[in-house]
Amino acid sequence: MNAVYILWLRQVKRYFRSRPRIIASLGQPLLFLVALGFGFGPIFQRAGQGSYLQFLAPGVIGMTILFTAIFSGIELIWDRQFGFLKETMVAPVPRVYIMAGRTLGGATVALFQGAIVILICFAAGFRVTSFSGVPAAVLFMILVAVMFTALGTAVASLLSDFQGFQLVMNFLVMPIFFLSGALFPLAGLPKALAITASLDPLTYGVDGLRGALIGQAFYAGSLDTLVLVVIASILVIAGAYLFSRIQL
Amino acid sequence: MIRVTNLVKNYGDFAAVKNISFDVAQGEIFAFLGPNGAGKTTTIKILTTLLKPTSGEVEIDGLNPAVQHNEARKRFGIVFQDPSLDEELTAYENMDFHGVLYKVPGKIRAERIEKLLRLFELWDRRDSFVKQFSGGMKRRLEIARGLLHTPKIVFLDEPTLGLDPQTRNQLWTHVRKLNEEEQVTVFLTTHYMEEAEKVAQRIAIIDHGVIVAQGTAADLKAQTGAESLEDAFLKLTGSTIRQEEASSLDQMRNMSRMFRGRRPGGR
Ligand SMILES: Nc1ncnc2c1ncn2[C@@H]1O[C@H](COP(=O)(O)OP(=O)(O)OP(=O)(O)O)[C@@H](O)[C@H]1O
Ligand SMILES: [Mg+2]
Repeated sequence: MNAVYILWLRQVKRYFRSRPRIIASLGQPLLFLVALGFGFGPIFQRAGQGSYLQFLAPGVIGMTILFTAIFSGIELIWDRQFGFLKETMVAPVPRVYIMAGRTLGGATVALFQGAIVILICFAAGFRVTSFSGVPAAVLFMILVAVMFTALGTAVASLLSDFQGFQLVMNFLVMPIFFLSGALFPLAGLPKALAITASLDPLTYGVDGLRGALIGQAFYAGSLDTLVLVVIASILVIAGAYLFSRIQL
Repeated sequence: MIRVTNLVKNYGDFAAVKNISFDVAQGEIFAFLGPNGAGKTTTIKILTTLLKPTSGEVEIDGLNPAVQHNEARKRFGIVFQDPSLDEELTAYENMDFHGVLYKVPGKIRAERIEKLLRLFELWDRRDSFVKQFSGGMKRRLEIARGLLHTPKIVFLDEPTLGLDPQTRNQLWTHVRKLNEEEQVTVFLTTHYMEEAEKVAQRIAIIDHGVIVAQGTAADLKAQTGAESLEDAFLKLTGSTIRQEEASSLDQMRNMSRMFRGRRPGGR
């Protein structure tokens, strides 16, 4: 258990020590919030959907957690390239613990990042409609963070260097984000897009957040939770399995 | 302590280790020498659970590292040929991380870390980030770390790479002391023949994945009629320079392997 803790601590320390990275990674959510939030605001309003900024904020929070979590998982490739992975792989610690420590560390970092973005959303004018939903929102954030850190770890276990990285970004991370309903309402979508969105795990995370923070959910909160728990569990198990099979 | 029987390791269809066998006794210092690309690091990776053998048996203190990973991992410490530090952590944090992973209890951990960092003259720099260290300082830290949990077997893969003569001396003196006082078994590789001759009780020479000779330094010299171990080494392995065997074709194979999700190349 100490092993899980020390691996977690390492991720968190590395995060807090790389301030440029923290700041850089806030640029994108800010841009989305300002350009889309304010840019599409008037149209959204005219379409009778209320405030787009209110609608978008949970999507941007979800996006931040998605990106940070995937990157935290993918950091495994760095550790492999810079050689540090060897050090953890020869230690007398079951690899499942190593994977668990890394995943919790990465998820923690993603949550921090998500929390900062919430503050930015507030600054931009986002308002939570009922504070009783906050614990549920935190739960959704944790599930999304764990799920995508595990996914990042699973993918990174299959790659030995950055050659495949662009592929992962363009064919995995970007589609997960854009098809998730982070940017658009799920109601009244064309059939194909509705089906795709319903297959995207981030959809349920963002929907859960929206339900908890502004009371505008498409699915029931229990369904969101169930889907996230099941997919997160599958990804953690898959990540642990692939991680344990790494050879150096 | 270490037993290798008919070990074979293929990377794709390239045979890096071709059916080698050797034994290292408890308390022995064993040097594994060979030209670049001979298969030394590959053998060490198999012994230290990082790679699975293609075929053959290996044993570490009676355990099979491919199956009883964790028991085997408790037995050894290793200094890798390639870098293996976390550069974003300090020297002390790197040591402490290692100590926690190897379950060295807190108080003893602190004592040993101090002792080793002092021994390798890094104590004053313990709170510096590793990324600010020189190459030799990083190497010293890796060596100190490999000894932290007082392993029964120590693997040293070119430990003196990039070290100044003072530190090399310090290292080998310490290794011999550990060997004499605590019967630590040492498995080392180096390209400095005089080091091997001075420190190792027994030597094996591997070339192109095949062990071409084994014995004491004196045996090897007698066998080849050479004056020095270096001459014996050259006689046994020829004097042509080894090229990197991974051709561009290999790299393409690695790429395709990457997409199939298997262990690709790159060391
Ligand atoms: N991951 C890998 N994929 C493909 N080939 C590899 C891989 N690792 C090593 N090789 C090849 O296996 C052979 C043995 O490599 P190894 O690293 O064991 O050599 P070595 O004896 O340690 O050499 P050196 O003295 O240069 O460290 C080399 O020809 C190398 O190119
Ligand atoms: Mg080597």
